[in-house]
Amino acid sequence: MALQLTNRSKVVSNKEQSAMEKLYLPAVFKGMSITLSHLFKKSATIRYPEQKRIMAPVYRGQHVLKRDDNGAERCTSCGMCAVACPAEAITMESAERKKGEEHLYREEKYAAKYEINMLRCVFCGLCEEACPKEAIFLTDRIVDTEFEREDFIYGKDKLVEKMTERIDVTKRQTPEVLEFKKTPGLKHNELFDGKKLKEKH
Amino acid sequence: MKVTIDGIEIDVPKGTTILQAARMIGPKVAPPAMCYYTKLKTSGGYCRTCIVKVTKGSTANPTPMPKPVASCRTEVMDGMEVQNFTSPDLLEARKGVVEFLLINHPLDCPVCDQAGECHLQDLGYNNGSVKTRYEFKRREFDMIDIGKYIKLHMTRCIMCFRCVKVADQITNNRVHGVMHRGDAAEISTYIENVIENDFSGNVIDVCPVGALTDKTFRFKQRVWFTKPVEAHRKCDKCSGKVRLWFKGEDVLRVTARKDQWGEAEDFICNDCRFEHKRKSDWVIEGPSPISHHSVISQNQYEHLNEKEVEILKHQKALGFMNYDKRP
Repeated sequence: MALQLTNRSKVVSNKEQSAMEKLYLPAVFKGMSITLSHLFKKSATIRYPEQKRIMAPVYRGQHVLKRDDNGAERCTSCGMCAVACPAEAITMESAERKKGEEHLYREEKYAAKYEINMLRCVFCGLCEEACPKEAIFLTDRIVDTEFEREDFIYGKDKLVEKMTERIDVTKRQTPEVLEFKKTPGLKHNELFDGKKLKEKH
Repeated sequence: MKVTIDGIEIDVPKGTTILQAARMIGPKVAPPAMCYYTKLKTSGGYCRTCIVKVTKGSTANPTPMPKPVASCRTEVMDGMEVQNFTSPDLLEARKGVVEFLLINHPLDCPVCDQAGECHLQDLGYNNGSVKTRYEFKRREFDMIDIGKYIKLHMTRCIMCFRCVKVADQITNNRVHGVMHRGDAAEISTYIENVIENDFSGNVIDVCPVGALTDKTFRFKQRVWFTKPVEAHRKCDKCSGKVRLWFKGEDVLRVTARKDQWGEAEDFICNDCRFEHKRKSDWVIEGPSPISHHSVISQNQYEHLNEKEVEILKHQKALGFMNYDKRP
């Protein structure tokens, strides 16, 4: 006998079936009773688009590109997310902010094009970890199904949040980030504590 | 003259500075330098990042120097003993220097085109502390266009004076200097006078930070997404030996070739730098040697060390490989 790893193995016998077994009916009824009993048990699945499960607040789903409280895009197209991305799913093109666009973009450079290929993305969250501007976050939304592969390449139209339906990411901000936001004097935090700073000095 | 740096002895000719001697030994003992530039006369002595501790003045007079000295401006003496990375006091002092350099430097690396090849980033990363203690408003300036190719972000300047030396020594008439003093000092072009010299583009290469940047490359791409390639062309103004920065098939930027200390090997003319951005303008020699630790070699699956590059160049010379399909 070969080396036995567990004692759950059974030796297959090749003995003749008895008359009862040759009828097959008892086995059929036994199987049917198991199937029927499941009709009266609680269902393990839900009807997804209508019904939704509660997601963990730290679930890593579809990305969002945040705007600040004035509605300007936070992303400055620095490329840290793209270089951190292990799946190379992120590409971007930058442009310079013109005069009069200060309400649209937070800094002098912005992402003219920002694309995430949701088929390549592995939802690891390294992009939000790399982001120095608190611009990209993963949210508890599920990426929609599509019929064409090209439709999975999400551009700014799908990624940037709308001011009318803002997306709450406070649960995803780490204690370190929230602590950093309290550091006065940094341009990054100007909107956050500009008033306080003026009072201080 | 015998000099010992961090316990390593080297024999150098008279008149060598401590920094040069340390560089002869290698990057293991060479102090960082922000303002010193080998090819620019009288450069150095401003930034003080290259400070070292002289524990023994010379064989004749073994008294140690009382304070850390700027190694770029101090000549070696026979029997001198110097401590750089082996002295914890000195590293603490250098940390202070870095903190001072960063006081007015904005935290705009995500926007800055120099990020990824910035000497101040490297310096801060290697010697500085992670957090700032500075709470006041940093000085701010408006951006200035120096000619049609160069942009000056005075906010980012650390006053190393390298660009002024270039304007003095490489180009033949200077329209670019430093105004005011101390905290109010700023690089100026004498009320926005344009530098229209053939070699004015070199101020971009010598700038250790992102204060002087290439307008033709402005916000085009982050440097670590471009691939550097050595190339040359026939040029009657300069040597024509450059480094091209490719994204796909496009040349996004042309710079001088930098050596291991980040200094340009040959200064190149504006014609090569700004006007020839087609692949067909250049004869491509092969991939540039980039440090394995540099972010520029990130996300590229081929890591070539200098020896491998040499082998590949040799193979190319023999006609084994066709580089034109590579970069």
